[in-house]
Amino acid sequence: MNVLTDNLSTYWEGFLGTVELTVYSSLLALVLGFVMVSFRVAPVASLRVFGTVWVTVLRNTPLTLLFFAVLLGLPRFGLVLPFKVFAVLALGCYTSSFICEALRSGINTVPTGQGEAARSLGMTFAQTLSAVVLPQAFRSVIPPIGSTLIALAKNSAIAGAFSVTELLGTYKTMSELGYNIVWTFAWIALGYLVVTLAISALFHELERTWGVAR
Amino acid sequence: MAVDPLIELQGVNKYYGELHVLKDIDLAVGRGEVVVVIGPSGSGKSTLCRTINRLETVQSGTITLDGRPLPEEGKALARLRAEVGMVFQSFNLFAHKTVLQNVSLAQVKVRGRKRDEADRRSRELLERVGLRAHAAKYPAQLSGGQQQRVAIARALAMEPKAMLFDEPTSALDPEMINEVLEVMRQLARDGMTMVVVTHEMGFARASANRVVFMADGRIVEDRAPEEFFTDPRSERAKDFLSKILKH
Ligand SMILES: Nc1ncnc2c1ncn2[C@@H]1O[C@H](COP(=O)(O)OP(=O)(O)OP(=O)(O)O)[C@@H](O)[C@H]1O
Ligand SMILES: [Mg+2]
Repeated sequence: MNVLTDNLSTYWEGFLGTVELTVYSSLLALVLGFVMVSFRVAPVASLRVFGTVWVTVLRNTPLTLLFFAVLLGLPRFGLVLPFKVFAVLALGCYTSSFICEALRSGINTVPTGQGEAARSLGMTFAQTLSAVVLPQAFRSVIPPIGSTLIALAKNSAIAGAFSVTELLGTYKTMSELGYNIVWTFAWIALGYLVVTLAISALFHELERTWGVAR
Repeated sequence: MAVDPLIELQGVNKYYGELHVLKDIDLAVGRGEVVVVIGPSGSGKSTLCRTINRLETVQSGTITLDGRPLPEEGKALARLRAEVGMVFQSFNLFAHKTVLQNVSLAQVKVRGRKRDEADRRSRELLERVGLRAHAAKYPAQLSGGQQQRVAIARALAMEPKAMLFDEPTSALDPEMINEVLEVMRQLARDGMTMVVVTHEMGFARASANRVVFMADGRIVEDRAPEEFFTDPRSERAKDFLSKILKH
């Protein structure tokens, strides 16, 4: 029981590590997902191909494999960054493919006539997408994006295996110190619960303010 | 033929894959002229409107607006689209924006007007279509006829040189048709150049300078409304008129 109180600082560091990974990777995933979905519906064929390849490759690669590829592969090309940055890259890129697909399904719920009307008024593709299509697409994709980011938070545990400080990794320290493994894991699970519930609450709030169909 | 053509199509051909939808279309619409396009379903009327606005590309032929050929894609085309307003059968208002925002959006984005200047102009236009009191509502809170009048105001806000209407009253309940037609009649009186796809013969008779009858992707007749309705020359037109006159 006192596993928590005795190791508060280790535990807290791990918790912060997970929060940090989740926040940065989420931001990267949202930005990239946004860019990729713009590519996928763009009037330029080469962009569409790029977007499709991005999503297909990342969505179908096991995340662990992707971690190996990023952590072991990129340094080969002379790109040496802190492990934490690599982890954010791997998690962010991986999750961006899911965000992209969620956004795309949202775009499909917006009647095409509205996009045509915008174009007929002289709005460019980018203006049509940002002012007419995406704001409406967003409303229907708030819940699936929330689920995707919750999955991201839990997936961040993989980073622990690559010696990035995060929540799950703290169990090693504590079990080495001889603490009860059941309680160690219980507290770790609680830590993840706090993160995922926070994401849930945030998306509930977003849905309450933006998700209403008018 | 029009003396001072604002919209001019020459030898326009359009295919959807194998399907030849527009066949050697020559059409000139003069400044201030109102041309009604009529014809059976699938004859290419909507496609004609959409190609004039370059919502669809054509395989051959030229389309000029005010003497300038339509650019291929990109910014120049976007700008040119703003010069031709389009009103759709299904209204296509932006569902997440209020009536006022619908009318103001492209003024700000395309014409670069300041928001309050755009809003002021939008209110004037809404006044003109009789909807000033509804400025703060969302499209879903309006009737079809009201939505279509907002769509007309939205297109007019760009100060277009010409307006295209693709069956603007076909999706409306009968009691709402007239309020939309009245706005269109007023526009015609004000000298707007208009291409109107419609089966409303009352409108064609009262407001059109010419009726263009299309069948199978070709322009079969192009005549004054009264002549066309009382004395159609082609079998296709006779057949078509007898069918719609029965209703
Ligand atoms: N996007 C498209 N892809 C393939 N074929 C199309 C497309 N749009 C229209 N067509 C076909 O082109 C032909 C002309 O269509 P168009 O919509 O211009 O006819 P219309 O005269 O407007 O008919 P309606 O009175 O039913 O609106 C039809 O045969 C139609 O099926
Ligand atoms: Mg049509």
